[in-house]
Amino acid sequence: MSITRRKFLGWLGAASLGTTLGTTAHAASNKEFKGYPESRGVLFDNTRCIGCRKCEQGCNKVNELPAPDRPFDELSVLETKRRTTAKAYTVVNRYEKVSSPKAPVYSKIQCNHCLEPACASACFVRAFSKTEIGAVTYDESVCVGCRYCMIACPFEIPTYEYDKAFTPRVMKCTMCHPRVIKGLLPGCVEACPTEALTYGKRDDLLRIGGERIRKFPERYVNHIYGENEMGGTSWLYLSGVPFGEVGMREDLGITPAPKLTSGALSGVPMVVGLWPVLLTGVYAINKRKERIEREEKQLAVADALEKARAEAESKLAEAMEQAKKEKEAAIEKAVNTAMEEAAKAQTEETADAPTEEAAKNAGEEDA
Amino acid sequence: MSDEASTTKSYLTPFNIIAGIIVIIGLFITALRFTKGLGAVTNLSDNNPWGIWIGFDLLVGVALAAGGYVTSAAVYIFGMKRYHSAVRPAILTGFLGYALVVVALNYDVGRPWRLPFPFIVQQGTTSLLFEVAACVALYLTVLFIEFTPAAMEWLGLKRARNIVVKLTLLLTIFGVILSTLHQSSLGALFLIAPSKLHPLWYSPYLPVFFFVSSIIAGLSMVIFESTLSHRYFADKMDEAHLKEKDDIALGFGKAASLVLAGYFIIKVIGISEGNNWHLLGTSYGLWFLVELFGFVALPCFLYAVGVREKKLKLIKWTAVLTVLGIIVNRFNICLVAFNWHLPSSERYFPHWMEIGISVFLVTAGLIAFRFIVTRMPILYAHPDYPEEH
Ligand code: SF4
Ligand code: SF4
Ligand code: SF4
Repeated sequence: MSITRRKFLGWLGAASLGTTLGTTAHAASNKEFKGYPESRGVLFDNTRCIGCRKCEQGCNKVNELPAPDRPFDELSVLETKRRTTAKAYTVVNRYEKVSSPKAPVYSKIQCNHCLEPACASACFVRAFSKTEIGAVTYDESVCVGCRYCMIACPFEIPTYEYDKAFTPRVMKCTMCHPRVIKGLLPGCVEACPTEALTYGKRDDLLRIGGERIRKFPERYVNHIYGENEMGGTSWLYLSGVPFGEVGMREDLGITPAPKLTSGALSGVPMVVGLWPVLLTGVYAINKRKERIEREEKQLAVADALEKARAEAESKLAEAMEQAKKEKEAAIEKAVNTAMEEAAKAQTEETADAPTEEAAKNAGEEDA
Repeated sequence: MSDEASTTKSYLTPFNIIAGIIVIIGLFITALRFTKGLGAVTNLSDNNPWGIWIGFDLLVGVALAAGGYVTSAAVYIFGMKRYHSAVRPAILTGFLGYALVVVALNYDVGRPWRLPFPFIVQQGTTSLLFEVAACVALYLTVLFIEFTPAAMEWLGLKRARNIVVKLTLLLTIFGVILSTLHQSSLGALFLIAPSKLHPLWYSPYLPVFFFVSSIIAGLSMVIFESTLSHRYFADKMDEAHLKEKDDIALGFGKAASLVLAGYFIIKVIGISEGNNWHLLGTSYGLWFLVELFGFVALPCFLYAVGVREKKLKLIKWTAVLTVLGIIVNRFNICLVAFNWHLPSSERYFPHWMEIGISVFLVTAGLIAFRFIVTRMPILYAHPDYPEEH
């Protein structure tokens, strides 16, 4: 057992190491992680977006995704609300019912590349990593396909290739990581004709966003979505209408996902450390109780036996005594009777002699 | 009825015919699943990545297989020797339950041949799923070892059997640790998604809820399973089993009633902690109340009455109600109250083939259970090994 327990503790050790290295998720950490200093992101400004779907097309092209069911220039697609799919890392939705005369408003969704990604903290093979440059990347070669990352992502981004039997993958935006490290822009940013998308260092983007809000306070809601949501994301959003009206959840809070589970994880060493001690203790107490009971029982039995033996002995002795007495009495009686009989016989002998003769005679007569 | 299951003359018993049909359909769906992919046999989607293979096969399966650790802990650690005859059936049910959970996971994950990857390639130790996987794998091994004495007695491997029996205490303690960890972690899996699980079911206490309710599930399953065994395998039971059966129902029923009472209280604390009283008036709230009163408070009360008045029938039916309650609870958390914010068109309902696989696996478990109890000393003590513990 000790080996397995050590292994357990080893895993736990690995968990806390992961925290200090900071390449994966930050479970069980109470330090605030404000992201890598140089990390990049994208700022999406929905007041500039015209819903042309060029970004979708650009994404599809650079990522070599399968052709869409309906072509990208067909804007009637926008009539129904869509989400990311295994064939589309990003989609644009149109919102007609907004509290602003500027309707319709468009909103683009894709992976937000969280600073402390829920998907990465949830993956049990560490298939996701938060790169220093900003992207949350996925390693297809280790993914088991449990889809817990999809459960975990608060933005409902990762998708799965359900129709593949042998090589299904989790599909999501990579922030064009392979392009970015070559110095190219992400596909969607490059394709956008209106500069609704701005690529750059996250710190700069926050400043730019702040400036736009300050300069045109009537144009923007005074909030940069993604600055703190779920602990902060690499994608940032400016909006002319409340974010809730364009399908973005405002109730996510600012707690990074790994913190939601760190409490439960820190319970593990407690259980592993305490349970054996407690259970062995309970066992020992019960064993002791049993032993005492058994001993008491044995004692009682021995006692009873002893008593019974003593009783039996004394009874026997008594019986012997009795028997002896009875025997003596019997002998005495027998002797007495014998003597009495002998005496009787003597007297009878003398008195009965003629009778004997008579009997003899009678016998002869019979013959 | 009781000889129907054990008859060897004719194989065309109703049980065999139904089981046979289910197995054939199951194999057919299995072939589809592994050649055409998950999409061909499930209603899973990007919004609903987990269906009944997780909600039922994993969550319910693991909870209902808790009888193994609950019973062996009661007997070997807490010294309740008078329930000794319940240990082997409970261990067997637990072992088969966990084995089926692992089989079911092979259906559910996209690339099942990579299931060992989290241990041998890269450890995602920040994931609660890692903890679940590690504990389930280890616990399945423990259950297997705990089960082997019965098999070895059957095969006549006296020496090996005696060695394993000596490990009983160690295995039991290890089993309790692992069960505590993974039963609770299954609840903790959902801690990461507060934005998707309805606030009445989401609680930081989810791991505690899952652990405590697993004890309830384990106790009730032992009662339920012993009732069924008695009905169908009475001829296999020895005197000790027959004699202790009612005692077990009374003892476990009493324990279940107490734990249910505790569970009820912590559930209520959970609502007040989240200050979610106002949500009780909604339709989800109504359903929550049905779960809380119909499947927690009611069985708690019925068990208490059954034990006090020694009404065995009532205890048995309460065990069924309680097991149903566990199923309802796990379904609520994984399926009903999960993604509650989505419009109904984006919600999940299982494909018939998903249900088919779940039924197939349960049937496989029953067949294995029957195969084993009709051969190995599970419901009776082997004559060569009188109870010596
Ligand atoms: S948005 Fe979702 S998928 Fe993207 S990094 Fe965050 S948690 Fe992961
Ligand atoms: S589906 Fe793949 S990437 Fe997602 S959590 Fe599971 S193993 Fe990790
Ligand atoms: S390309 Fe630019 S303007 Fe066009 S839909 Fe995308 S973000 Fe909006």
